[in-house]
Amino acid sequence: MAKETKTLNLNFGPQHPAAHGVLRLILQLDGEIVEKADPHIGLLHRGTEKLIENKTYTQAVPYFDRLDYVAPMNQEHAFALAIEKILKIEVPIRAQYIRVMFCEIGRILSHILNVTTQAMDVGALTPTLWGFEEREILMGFYEKVSGSRLHANYFRAGGVHQDLPKGLDKEIGEFCERFPKIINDLELLLTDNRIFKQRNVDIGVVSKQDALDYSFSGVMLRGSGVPWDLRKSQPYDCYEQFDFKIPVGKNGDCYDRYLCRIEEMKESVNIINQCLANLPVGPIKTDDGKISPPSKKEIKQSMEALIHHFKLYTEGYRVDKDEIYTAVEAPKGEFGVYLISDGSSKPYKCKIRAPGFSHLQAMDYLIKGHMLADVPAVLGSMDIVFGEVDR
Amino acid sequence: MLNIQDLEKTLNSELNTKIKSSLIKHNQIYLKIDEADLTEVILFLKTNSKTKFRQLIDITAVDFPENEIRFKLVYLLLSHEFNQRIIIEIDVKEKEIVGSITSIFPAANWMEREVFDMYGIDFKDHPDLRRILTDYGFEGHPLRKDFPLTGHNEVRYSHETKKVIYEPVKLEQNYRNFDYESPWEGTKYIKEQTKE
Repeated sequence: MAKETKTLNLNFGPQHPAAHGVLRLILQLDGEIVEKADPHIGLLHRGTEKLIENKTYTQAVPYFDRLDYVAPMNQEHAFALAIEKILKIEVPIRAQYIRVMFCEIGRILSHILNVTTQAMDVGALTPTLWGFEEREILMGFYEKVSGSRLHANYFRAGGVHQDLPKGLDKEIGEFCERFPKIINDLELLLTDNRIFKQRNVDIGVVSKQDALDYSFSGVMLRGSGVPWDLRKSQPYDCYEQFDFKIPVGKNGDCYDRYLCRIEEMKESVNIINQCLANLPVGPIKTDDGKISPPSKKEIKQSMEALIHHFKLYTEGYRVDKDEIYTAVEAPKGEFGVYLISDGSSKPYKCKIRAPGFSHLQAMDYLIKGHMLADVPAVLGSMDIVFGEVDR
Repeated sequence: MLNIQDLEKTLNSELNTKIKSSLIKHNQIYLKIDEADLTEVILFLKTNSKTKFRQLIDITAVDFPENEIRFKLVYLLLSHEFNQRIIIEIDVKEKEIVGSITSIFPAANWMEREVFDMYGIDFKDHPDLRRILTDYGFEGHPLRKDFPLTGHNEVRYSHETKKVIYEPVKLEQNYRNFDYESPWEGTKYIKEQTKE
């Protein structure tokens, strides 16, 4: 006699520690096999795009920190580049180096978080404790340069807000000397770990074709063997001047994506080292008075400079009527800004293209036929942060 | 390797009647086409060996409430092989139904849902057209220009009824939208207050 079976609907999240934030996942289970996954997103929706339409360009920058709050400066970069391209501003070379350096710090921040929490999701606690100690140091660099550990508001159109404080380059250099050993320690814990491999190898396999069809980018795309990185293929700022490699996976499973992230961290350290070795001297923002404010010293002495400063921070600068899409290689993938300006000091429309949005969309495709216990592993390897998915 | 000028020429010759206008700006191609040709053009761009725009980057809409044709739908595509980006624009009237491209790009599913949620543009043959980012039971389309920034409803936990309740938005202070571009005429809301 055949047994009668029934599918079970299970609510995963929104308060599940492995959901990496506020994801509500409705799973249809047949025993322990997932038949269908329906992600409900939007629980962290703050209407960023609507808010940006009502703020000046300068006031819009902090909203970008709050998207992917694990690597804030990478988002600001896309917005700054979009404005610079419309206004045709030349960014001073020192500012470009500083930006690249802090983008790579952001990449390390994001990858440490992802690799270690993915390990935690599949049962290893130690990597998290070790990794977060390093994140703390990196966020210290953020704080020293911008005044805050997370929401930096540091990249402005035309350069960066302030120059590096004295001695920071040396501190970052010391970190870069020490950090490869930490990556090595993490790898000793995870790469050949039997349990970690059992939970990740051959789980959530994405083929090359599907990775393209589902609009994957970043590690999700490279893990499946597509050698595509915007830093190489469509270089922005001074990325052309650096010598670095793009790690590419073979099998497109969770384990390959983990390996890619580990290798990318090593490459990031390499880029930061090159930045520090060749850090040029000079201005850190454009000298175009229409965009960057006068120096503090000038403001103290000249009435006109004071008025100028006031106008820049109230009315803001105007951006010519134009339409542009600019993308950067954020740690999670292609982060893009589609900006329409109308000649006023506020954007007419600013659409944010978040990599996590398309990755999460493929959840149903990735998890179908897998066991329930694989859900956190797949979710972890997608590197989802809800700040950017929900916007 | 195709350069961008050649690519634009190829597009214009292969799709000549379907393209309303094309333009190269910021190293990207901007195409304007008709709504009726949308699926055909996108399928062509994806499959043709001279274009190979095999990745859909994003779909979004822009609202121009003062125009007769209110919305502009924008499709962003990327070709890895030729390292090119293309921006396709179509004009859409309010309440007009647009063909879905989910059968060409599965990734279009959520992107079209987002456009539907934020702008209220309907898609024909979409497998699952629901709201995506806004709350369950939300009304209105937030990214339309006539939707107020503060929204219509606010939500809180009520201790009396022991559940989450929705109420009309009540602000202690008006949202202050200063008009800095013509500072000597005063801001709008002060002008309105003095009139009363």
